[in-house]
Amino acid sequence: MSALRLTLISRPPARVDLSPLTAQPLAGRSAAEIAALPLVLGNRRVRLDELFRVTGTPGEALEIAGSDDRLDRIGAGLAGGSIVVEGDAGAYLGQRMTGGSITVSGHAGAFAATGMKGGEIRVAGNAGDFLAAAIPGDHQGMQGGLVLVGGNAGDRAGDRMRRGALLVTGSAGDYCASRMVAGTIAVGGRVGRSTGMAMRRGTVLLLTPPAGLPPTFNACGRFPLTMLALLARAWRGLPGPFGALPAAGLTVRRFMGDLANDGKGEVLVRE
Amino acid sequence: MPAGHAMILNGVAIDDEFAEAFGMKATRVIITAQDLTWAYHAATTATGFATSVIACGCEAGVERELSPDETPDGRPGVAILLFAMSGKELAKQIERRVGQCILTCPTTAAYAGVAGGEPVALGKNLRFFGDGFQASKQVAGRRYWRVPVMDGEFLVEESTGVVPAVGGGNFLVLAETQPQALAACEAAITAMRLVPNVIMPFPGGVVRSGSKVGSRYTALSASTNDAFCPTIRGITRSQLSPEIGAVMEIVIDGLAADDVSAAMRAGIEAIVRLGATRGIRRITAGNYGGKLGKFHFRLREILAR
Repeated sequence: MSALRLTLISRPPARVDLSPLTAQPLAGRSAAEIAALPLVLGNRRVRLDELFRVTGTPGEALEIAGSDDRLDRIGAGLAGGSIVVEGDAGAYLGQRMTGGSITVSGHAGAFAATGMKGGEIRVAGNAGDFLAAAIPGDHQGMQGGLVLVGGNAGDRAGDRMRRGALLVTGSAGDYCASRMVAGTIAVGGRVGRSTGMAMRRGTVLLLTPPAGLPPTFNACGRFPLTMLALLARAWRGLPGPFGALPAAGLTVRRFMGDLANDGKGEVLVRE
Repeated sequence: MPAGHAMILNGVAIDDEFAEAFGMKATRVIITAQDLTWAYHAATTATGFATSVIACGCEAGVERELSPDETPDGRPGVAILLFAMSGKELAKQIERRVGQCILTCPTTAAYAGVAGGEPVALGKNLRFFGDGFQASKQVAGRRYWRVPVMDGEFLVEESTGVVPAVGGGNFLVLAETQPQALAACEAAITAMRLVPNVIMPFPGGVVRSGSKVGSRYTALSASTNDAFCPTIRGITRSQLSPEIGAVMEIVIDGLAADDVSAAMRAGIEAIVRLGATRGIRRITAGNYGGKLGKFHFRLREILAR
């Protein structure tokens, strides 16, 4: 399948908002129309072809080559199709996307997958703070879909998350799952301080025992939860440890909290 | 074969008759457990007292065993099918049976076994047994409920699909003696249990009390099928020739008419293989003149396919 390929000519002098590339369909547009699309660079507008060399055919697939961490809002509002980012992505990757897939070969900036409702984001490298979280002013963070980070996640990953699955192969920063409402967060490595702070419901699965949990989490015992077998099957084949969880499920230590906030969330620690 | 001609297979006469079956609503529930023993405990109790919609509310039975790689959670399982005359009655029966027989059974979980169809509650209402401690989990677009129970968690899918189905396919086995009729039915049931999407809801899959519509007692809507009762053949309008000593019936419910046909064919062929030398003399089918049931399964057509 042919794809529209945008190759970054040089590192932009300021941040660029790429959300117009997903705000409306590119299929059916001529190369000239796409080259003339207005983009916001810092505090001014520029033509797309001032920043990118345009090749390929517009359609369901978009490739961004030589990508840079100054390219913000890649895939924002994406409803279908695929975006492949060769390099890093800036802030707000896949914000409020409802479908389709985004693959980033490098790192992603802050606020990736905020307000995401569906689809799939895979970041091979690290993701910044507030991954799958709620941006200030929003009541809910991620509300559906799957996010898989191959590296580490910053602070406040999954803040106010409501639904969906956030999988972090490496470590997560402080306040992971803070104010979480529901959904599933899994972390392969360590988590920072105050994991699950103000968590109401939802699941945090930790493959590596945490250094500690807030005192408002209570131990409930050790269980082979059948529900984890369903998750293992749903994630089978994903790169990293989550794609290789035992099909029969895991035995985990279960902690429930945050008791200061309803206490129906759970942190499951693999034995 | 033209009407009026005999069809005799291995000495067994096949009547030029048809089974009359009805449209029903059905669903499949997948039960898993720590091992097959406990999955069967749940399955047999959940499908107990479910031989006929006349008095049981639904007809239900074990469809087949499931290996761990066929179940959603990778544990051994059993698939059960439930049939009722309406989606509303089926929903009521599902909730009662899952709540009393699967939720209560150690280590079990219950999942929807029908893709599509009209969704009805499987765990949607049973979750309230959790008294506020229940939790939902969406996995791969499907919602499950985790209800805390004394052995851990009861995991149940929120809803299952109800689909149109066919109930009441049947055939009657006429043999010289009661043991011969039963042996033939046992052979038939063994063969029919290999057919997917069907159940034979009566005990062991076999009915010995076939019924006719109506009764001399006005309070009863059905009564014994006296025309096929050998012990009163001298005082009723019997359909039994002198050599017939026992009649048994097999009733089939299936998710589709083709499923019922396939099961009838498998069962009758197994009986025919036993043949007249094992005392099997005749196969016929039950109907109401063809005016009540939407589905007609002609014995000879099924066997001729």
